[in-house]
Amino acid sequence: MHDRILLSHGEGGKRTRDLIARVIARHFDNPVLSPLFDAGLLGRIGGEIAFTTDGYVVTPPFFPGGDIGRLAVCGTVNDLAVCGAKAVAISCGLILEEGLPMDTLERALAAMRDAAKEAEVTIACGDTKVVERGKGDGIFITTAGVGVSADGWRPAPSGVRPGDRIVLTGTMGDHQVAVLIARRNLALDAPVLSDVAPLGGLLLPLLPRFTGKVRFMRDPTRGGVGVTLNEMASAANARFVLDEARLPVRESVRGVCEILGFDPLYLANEGKAVLIVAGDAAEALVAALREHPYGREATIIGEVREGGGGVRMRTLAGGVRAVDYPVGDQLPRIC
Amino acid sequence: MKYIDDFRDPATAKALVERIRRDAGDAPVRLMEVCGTHTVAIARGGIRPLLSGAVTMLSGPGCPVCVTPDGYIDAAIALGRERGALLASFGDMLRVPGKSSSLEKEKGNGLEVRVVYSPLDAVALAAATPDREVVFLGVGFETTAPAIGGAIRTAAKRGVGNFSVLSSVRTIPEAMGVLAADPEVRIEGFLCPAHVTVVIGSDAYRPVARRYGIPCVVAGFEPLDILLGISMLLRQKREGVARVENEYSRVATSTGNRKAQDLIRDVFVPCDTGWRGIGVIRGSGLRIADRYASFDAEVKFDAPVVFAPEASACRCGDVLKGKILPVDCPLFGKACVPEEPYGPCMVSGEGTCAAFFKYGA
Repeated sequence: MHDRILLSHGEGGKRTRDLIARVIARHFDNPVLSPLFDAGLLGRIGGEIAFTTDGYVVTPPFFPGGDIGRLAVCGTVNDLAVCGAKAVAISCGLILEEGLPMDTLERALAAMRDAAKEAEVTIACGDTKVVERGKGDGIFITTAGVGVSADGWRPAPSGVRPGDRIVLTGTMGDHQVAVLIARRNLALDAPVLSDVAPLGGLLLPLLPRFTGKVRFMRDPTRGGVGVTLNEMASAANARFVLDEARLPVRESVRGVCEILGFDPLYLANEGKAVLIVAGDAAEALVAALREHPYGREATIIGEVREGGGGVRMRTLAGGVRAVDYPVGDQLPRIC
Repeated sequence: MKYIDDFRDPATAKALVERIRRDAGDAPVRLMEVCGTHTVAIARGGIRPLLSGAVTMLSGPGCPVCVTPDGYIDAAIALGRERGALLASFGDMLRVPGKSSSLEKEKGNGLEVRVVYSPLDAVALAAATPDREVVFLGVGFETTAPAIGGAIRTAAKRGVGNFSVLSSVRTIPEAMGVLAADPEVRIEGFLCPAHVTVVIGSDAYRPVARRYGIPCVVAGFEPLDILLGISMLLRQKREGVARVENEYSRVATSTGNRKAQDLIRDVFVPCDTGWRGIGVIRGSGLRIADRYASFDAEVKFDAPVVFAPEASACRCGDVLKGKILPVDCPLFGKACVPEEPYGPCMVSGEGTCAAFFKYGA
């Protein structure tokens, strides 16, 4: 086997077959994928089917606390989980750049395998393409995921009511700050790990325990909690009021944000969920979340009020201000 | 980091707001926060409505992006387009409009613009691409000047000959003097910038306090820093004095950072310079000293930045001078929104209009 990806690895001949059989299938060995049929046969799956897709282009592909492989699995599993669906199977589309070290590919595949094992999901099918040097960024991964949710009630924006509480399952911004630091163009040495994690095990067992009480869920990835809450408030046609004093931010993340002028509210997370929960169940739900390793720092961050869509914040200084969508990416300030 | 939490305590904030309202008197006191970071912190903290009727906070010219003239943007684009320079810039500058375009739009058209996080990154970029001229867009105040100066000295020491800086560095006290002298603005107190003061020292505001009889208080950026700073300004007003006080003494001193000042003096010399919306302010710019002329993009490419007052319906100039609030501009929130900014105060993350729009201040 070569130590780097060559264009011929993507040309459909013997090298392609070797790459798939000797590298990819070795990591993803399972009864659905291993026959290497043109489609993964999933058998019968009961309940309502959920289906999602996503693409992963993170630079660098490896960062403190995670990597592009773990991200690809968790991102798709989480999109299903916040819809109340247990991930059953995911696909793995690899777009590799000529010259990519084989070790890098293997590390990413191993991370996908481990994350899939943790999330109890089968990597059921895949595709590999190789693009010329300079036409990619090392490795891109696309995934699609199929999940199933039990028949009957499931979270949806239409269930949101005034008096509901807004719950966040942990601290904000860890993932984006970890990636920023890993880009090495920051002369910062803060010990920040990405929070990338599969959330099915945290969220799905709560739904039958809190039937009808968990109104609506989303995972606050790109755009962070700020954008996610705006989208949720708009979808639910409700007014959300956050309490700034209760927004959880790790000290190291806050430090980086202070220096760069970033607002953690708009930084990406890959292992967190926002839940709108009935007021009378919120405390019990937070306690239940905290029993799980990925929910240890769950907390109530605000409430739903009467009124139209929009997000406000009670500030530490005692004022109230709008929380709006940001325009473009947050950029480091000059001074 | 508990140290920061101490400056965010809601109960202390409430007590300070009550004290400010008690001390303010009948007519609202007109105070100016000079610095863009203060403007954003005030808006984010929801502080302006809290003090409504007691204190009117005017936003000053301390957003480096907002005061950079459109001629500078045009000159940068021309260096890229006509001289083939690789432009390295802080991210804030990308959306700022020049006369007809912005770096962001030109980047979409194929102009090579790299966002860097520090001037030294631009030197590293030049060292890594020896066949290209790398021009760093050196925009900022006294806070950024030492880093830009340090990058120039590093490039000189390492012999990185394909690196230069298009300097648009400005100094704050001179601008404060111009605003203090403007009878239309009627400033009764300056909330002086924290980061700038760390470099220049609080003594730098003495001439403003003495000459114009305007109290000056240096304040940090946490909500309690700002409220305490405002309270200190009101106390001076009540006592009928005008001196420089330092709320931010945990970091800033009266004399500042001597090493940074020496570096600035080594690399730059004061010059007259144009501020967008305000005009030319004497001695308020820092140009690159002759001994580093080979790192001065204006000299190296014989392409001087030309300043010309803007002619448009945009009232950013009046916003920057504290003459009007953003909501008083006819374009605000209509023709001028963050997605499609008309003027620089709506572009920059630290711009007054952007802060008003974003946080509903």
